[in-house]
Amino acid sequence: MVIARTLALAAVLAAFTAPARAQEHDTATPPMNKWSFAGPFGKYDRGQLQRGFKVYREVCQVCHGLKLVAFRTLAEPGGPGFTIAQATAIAAEYQVPAEPDDQGEVKPRPARLADYFPPPFPNEQAARARYNAVPPDLSVIAKARGYERGFPRWVGDMFTQYQEQGVDYITALLQGYQDSPPAGVTLPPGNFYNKYFPGHAIAMPPPLTDQRVEYTDGAPMTVEQYAKDISAFLMWTAEPHLEARKRIGMQVVIFLIVLSGLLYFTKKKVWHEVKLHPEKLTPRPPTEYPRT
Amino acid sequence: MSGHLTYQPQNAFMQWMERRLPIAGLVYSSFVVYPTPRNLNYWWTFGGILSFMLGVQIITGVVLAMHYTANVDLAFNSVEQIMRDVNYGWLLRYLHANGASMFFLAAYIHMFRGMYYGSYKEPREVLWILGVILLLLMIMTGFMGYVLPWGQMSFWAATVITNLFSAIPLVGESIVTWLWGGFSVGNPTLKRFYSLHYLLPFVIAGVVVLHVWALHMVGQNNPTGIEPKTDRDTVAFTPYATIKDGFFMVVFCILFAWFVFYIPNFLGHPDNYIPANPAVTPTHIVPEWYYLPFYAILRAIPNKLLGVIALGASIVILAFLPWLDTSKVRSARYRPLYRQFFWTFVIVCIGLGWLGSKPPEGNYVLFARIFTVYYFAYFLVILPLLGKIEKTKPLPNSIAESVLLEGKPIGAPAPPPPLAKA
Repeated sequence: MVIARTLALAAVLAAFTAPARAQEHDTATPPMNKWSFAGPFGKYDRGQLQRGFKVYREVCQVCHGLKLVAFRTLAEPGGPGFTIAQATAIAAEYQVPAEPDDQGEVKPRPARLADYFPPPFPNEQAARARYNAVPPDLSVIAKARGYERGFPRWVGDMFTQYQEQGVDYITALLQGYQDSPPAGVTLPPGNFYNKYFPGHAIAMPPPLTDQRVEYTDGAPMTVEQYAKDISAFLMWTAEPHLEARKRIGMQVVIFLIVLSGLLYFTKKKVWHEVKLHPEKLTPRPPTEYPRT
Repeated sequence: MSGHLTYQPQNAFMQWMERRLPIAGLVYSSFVVYPTPRNLNYWWTFGGILSFMLGVQIITGVVLAMHYTANVDLAFNSVEQIMRDVNYGWLLRYLHANGASMFFLAAYIHMFRGMYYGSYKEPREVLWILGVILLLLMIMTGFMGYVLPWGQMSFWAATVITNLFSAIPLVGESIVTWLWGGFSVGNPTLKRFYSLHYLLPFVIAGVVVLHVWALHMVGQNNPTGIEPKTDRDTVAFTPYATIKDGFFMVVFCILFAWFVFYIPNFLGHPDNYIPANPAVTPTHIVPEWYYLPFYAILRAIPNKLLGVIALGASIVILAFLPWLDTSKVRSARYRPLYRQFFWTFVIVCIGLGWLGSKPPEGNYVLFARIFTVYYFAYFLVILPLLGKIEKTKPLPNSIAESVLLEGKPIGAPAPPPPLAKA
């Protein structure tokens, strides 16, 4: 019967190491970046979030919305760290529909802190009419994208706390355009070749070029830096409470480790006599056991 | 188990109360003096952990329900609003989502422990069957809960799973329409899933009461699989079991906290952060990890109806385990052959889980079929035969003996406990 076990084990191993034939297409694996918000002590880099926001405003915003993000959050703790005055000024640059006036007409008004980023298109049809595709809203995109990690890497991810598949994918995608598709690949009209995009034919034109967005803090104005900054910003829009989560998490885990240590020694003390000196156990009334 | 010692309150109010509603006495006899085998290992702490997880799910769930909106146009955004604007909403939601995973993890460990030590055998058959009913209820509750955020995976999981009923001959299509409350998964489906997702945990809590009641009727099994005979074989529930359960529950919470605070989306699927879209089918529709073994069995069978039957049978067959296992010896400790088959079974279940996450093609299907055959053969062929041919190791005379022989020699044996004070 050792055979049965060995066979099963062999089968499992064979399955685990089976060629990655079922891997989605031949999509390239995004490289892993170093992120300030990764790991148990992760925090956003305020400068990076502000740069990423600038990239969003000057590049992405034309097509992609952030409808779940309120202007007030730009000034909330754990975010890009704008002051309330700055956030108010940013909001005022956007137009949102006002409340109906006395005549029942809805006119646009400048946005306030409580408002959300207005969508770039009134509806999907409008987007499709203009771009022949619907650019997705970016509010939670950093959590809505990822790539297959495969065995055994996903097991290790549990211990290394790798949760940055989404941002790594976006960073790679923004740099993954190729001017001409490889030989033998034809793209549908109006599509571009991207080696990280599943299926490779992406409707979004290459959005970033060197020097396109002006940085004033000395960060390099390269596609690579832009890609990282916008990805970090989108991580924040997807997880605005990430810093609080990790900070509280550390407190909780330390508390639980200390508590479990104390309970362990209490348990040892309580069980001491059962294990070693049962004769010292407090006498108790006899219990009736069912016959066996 | 008998041996419920009477509770004699000293306090005048408690005496008055005890003559009218003996609830303190019930707690006293069930959770204080209740005798538990002295040799229980840490695998026995998962019952307590499961009760705790049920509590966590109900408490976080009730608060989430205060903020959630069950409407196809609003559900996704209402979950995101919980994540963003509700105070500690992200914590509640991540606790609830990862809590479901921890709940299933603990349940599976609890079940494998029961199988390893033969805890389902006479006189604990009803206790075990109640456990299988709990598993079924958990599966239903977890599935409906996964639909509520109304992401792509929510929508398509609901579509795939409800469509399974269409395999039923003649009435299948009508049943599916009835389940949906329409001609596709839509608003009525979401609202009834929400309603049932709120209801079922309380049904689970009720069955848990029966499960614990049945447990206290027959007493706990233990690693030797032999019944306690004297007081030397047992210790009182409090403080011994309470402190041990409490300690390990906190250890389990460290794991839970690790997922909630550091890798909250590890067990989820990115597609569920894309709002549900009936017009776009995801490349691979995969259920949550805890359903993957069953999903693999479903897809291993080429015929839809037979696949659905196999899926159902893979869970229902557990209820018959007490009669399928013919061995008189409970614990795998004394069953060398059974032990091998048991661990193979564990590997097969994990393997099925892995295959369930893979697309149904090529070698994946082949292995899923081999593993499915083993899964059913384990219950229908191996266990019935094994009891007849296996030569088991000699059992110890008592729990105390097994503990004492195993450990270092100890001092004089415990004196017989004096009679109860009159």
